[in-house]
Amino acid sequence: MIGSKFVKSALVSASVLALAACSGSEPADTGTLVLHRGNNAEPLSLDPHRASGTWENNIIGDMFMGLFTEDPNGEPVPGIAESWTTSEDGLTWTFSLREANWSDGEPVTASDFVFAWRRISNPDTGAPYVSLLFPIAGVEQSSRGEIDPSEIGVRAIDERTLEVTLVNPAPYLPGLLTHYTTFPMPDHVIAEHGDEWIRPENIQTNGAFRLVDWRTNNYVHLVRNEQFFDNANTCLDEVYFYPTVDNSAAGRRVRNGELDLNMEFPGQQLEFLRREIPDYVRVHPFMGTVYFSINTTMDQFSDPQVRNALGMAIDREFIANEILRAGQPPAYAFVPPGVANYDSGVRASWADIPVEERRETAREILEAAGYGPDNPFRFEYAYRATGDNPRIAPVVQNDWSAIADWVQPELIVSDTQIHYDNLRAGAFEVADGGWIADYNDAYNFLFLAEFRSVPMNYPRYNNPDYDALVTAANSEQDLERRSAMMAEAEQMMIDDMPFIPIVYYVNKNLVSPRVTGWEDNLVNIHRSRYLCFADAETDAG
Amino acid sequence: MFAFVLRRLLVAIPTIIVITAVAFFMMKVAPGGPFDLERPMPEEIRERLLAEYGLDQPVWKQYIDYMAGLVQGDFGPSLKFLDKDVAELIGEGLPVSLMIGALAMLVAVVLGTFLGAIAALRQNTSGDFAVMSFAMIGVSIPPLVMGPILALVLGVYMGIFPTGGLNYSRFGLSVLVLPVITLALPQIAIIARLMRASMIEVIRSNYIRTARAKGLSASAVIIRHALRAAVLPLVSYLGPASAAVISGSLVIERVFQLPGMGAYFVDAALQRDYTLVMGVVVVYASLIIILNLVADVIYSILNPRVSYDS
Repeated sequence: MIGSKFVKSALVSASVLALAACSGSEPADTGTLVLHRGNNAEPLSLDPHRASGTWENNIIGDMFMGLFTEDPNGEPVPGIAESWTTSEDGLTWTFSLREANWSDGEPVTASDFVFAWRRISNPDTGAPYVSLLFPIAGVEQSSRGEIDPSEIGVRAIDERTLEVTLVNPAPYLPGLLTHYTTFPMPDHVIAEHGDEWIRPENIQTNGAFRLVDWRTNNYVHLVRNEQFFDNANTCLDEVYFYPTVDNSAAGRRVRNGELDLNMEFPGQQLEFLRREIPDYVRVHPFMGTVYFSINTTMDQFSDPQVRNALGMAIDREFIANEILRAGQPPAYAFVPPGVANYDSGVRASWADIPVEERRETAREILEAAGYGPDNPFRFEYAYRATGDNPRIAPVVQNDWSAIADWVQPELIVSDTQIHYDNLRAGAFEVADGGWIADYNDAYNFLFLAEFRSVPMNYPRYNNPDYDALVTAANSEQDLERRSAMMAEAEQMMIDDMPFIPIVYYVNKNLVSPRVTGWEDNLVNIHRSRYLCFADAETDAG
Repeated sequence: MFAFVLRRLLVAIPTIIVITAVAFFMMKVAPGGPFDLERPMPEEIRERLLAEYGLDQPVWKQYIDYMAGLVQGDFGPSLKFLDKDVAELIGEGLPVSLMIGALAMLVAVVLGTFLGAIAALRQNTSGDFAVMSFAMIGVSIPPLVMGPILALVLGVYMGIFPTGGLNYSRFGLSVLVLPVITLALPQIAIIARLMRASMIEVIRSNYIRTARAKGLSASAVIIRHALRAAVLPLVSYLGPASAAVISGSLVIERVFQLPGMGAYFVDAALQRDYTLVMGVVVVYASLIIILNLVADVIYSILNPRVSYDS
């Protein structure tokens, strides 16, 4: 038993090296279509219940399919669900499943969904993302160990009929059901292999591809799943995902033709890349917001006016155009534009006033709050040492100091893990952060300001009126009325400014012009089954 | 000699225990934990995870449990790579680092010794200046700069080599060329400088003059007598240098996107993957101890004046 796994994996690695040394460069079979995707980071887990990153989503969504799935534009379309009905109160959804198989030929049944949803609701699974399923009746209680997972609101009426009971009507359910936390799981495989089911030698999938190899920090290798119900329309035979942590290095690999695409590039290289490889550069609005949290529990920041003063002093256009430089839109609201069924028109009341005038106002507010040369306004701004954050920090420090010389922000930098540990514990004054939505609905942003979301509600914003309005909106089935209620809530929150919105994210992809079927979209999800190569398509057509 | 090696190996055991203890407790002192993520998880789930990995226990007990597992060869599960064990991760990463590092050291030793010897024998000629300028450049330009330059020129612009990854089935062994060159360059430079200095000293020594006086051919004097003595300082350098090079270079691994040990070392520490940090520390410490021992043994074989058997 001593280190047997170590010995085994070392032997495998060593023999691969030896094989490679013998065979030299062996050209791949020219008939197979292989896509090489730069995927930003190493997946920490491919188990849909243990994953939590967008880069993991890219792989998991190629291997598995839930009731709904994304179309090339990232919009939810039926996946394993063929049709569905909704009860009058909007709380019970009944899905008819299409005929579909796991990669070993076993049928995908309603009980595979029931099994998966009970598994993720079981606190022993340790699923970090179970909260996404809280709209399903009983999941929240089950994840706390208050009820048995078998009591959650999902049941298999027969092999191909699934009934789901919700806590509130949730018109965004189709979008939510595209998320990997809701995917079915092969009950028969997990029963046999337990936690080892995710290994390439054990795993069975129901999506367009299946896992054949996974080398840590090297690549994840998927091949076509012949049993996939829509296999006939899948172009690619194989997909490699590479953990391209260094974006500049990944850019070189794309330019050298080693990668067909990479899902990120450094913002400050935009102009250079547009000049060198204009056909590759794709920049598009993304479903996320960069924001600062203000700790509302501190006396200093309990006054919404003071929080607004901090918010209005920041020159977002400068940050967007001079620092980030990849077309990030300046943010004056929390929910980014383009989110489904939500045309809010929400904006901070001072958004259209020039920043110099806003700083004047900020000074008046702070003076009225008792600050001045004799009582300087001192606070700490904590930021992460990663990405663009260290370049934004001195800019906002300068923006705040420009209110008056007695406004004295101090910069505190820390590693990501420490930063979030502090935010979770409420041990901060003002801190940076970002939110990228998990599904395309305004509620996936607005819930962050609900008081029950503490500690994810880092500012500890506590406004019962806001909470009541968001809850009421979630019970509203009429989409327009729901949108109006949520907009009212968002305006209420923005006026109180527990979060300072800075900019909205954009997605920055490098995609070889050889790749076809790629559509820029808001969720930045691009399933490999829609992708192909220009030369291959001409051959086929 | 055998007794010496045995004694050194026995001393290594308490050394490793001290190193692991220091690493373990320092790591626990660092703020933040493995489950403090960008998106916080529900408190109940977090507590269960902490309990599952024994992180709710007192630190001294965690250390004893960890060492008890380690003695049985169990490095434990990774706290971040949720589908893999630490032993498996190291089993995947170590061979890659070992191979790239060993190739780089091989290239560096062969070229460095050769260049250094040439420079010494042609002291103060244009050949000497050329080698020393090259060595100066090699030492001064860090791999973080050299790597991307080589990748751009030999990869993107000239299209000769792949610029990253380790996909043998696609590119064969050509994926190794750029990382090995980048890693070897500074070592070639250091070894050439060491070799030159020590060679100059040796060829001025009495016994070389004696060998010449005996009428031995120039090549015999250099190869059989001078070279053997001149590589001695090199051997003491190569022990720790090899350990550093083959245990994985984060810079090389990032620039060329290679799946080696260097990334584990840094990422695991930053992400508070306690078990992986410990696994890497144990492996790294063992490597340094073993390679230093090997260097000492080789030293005693090459240098008849050194004997470890008292």
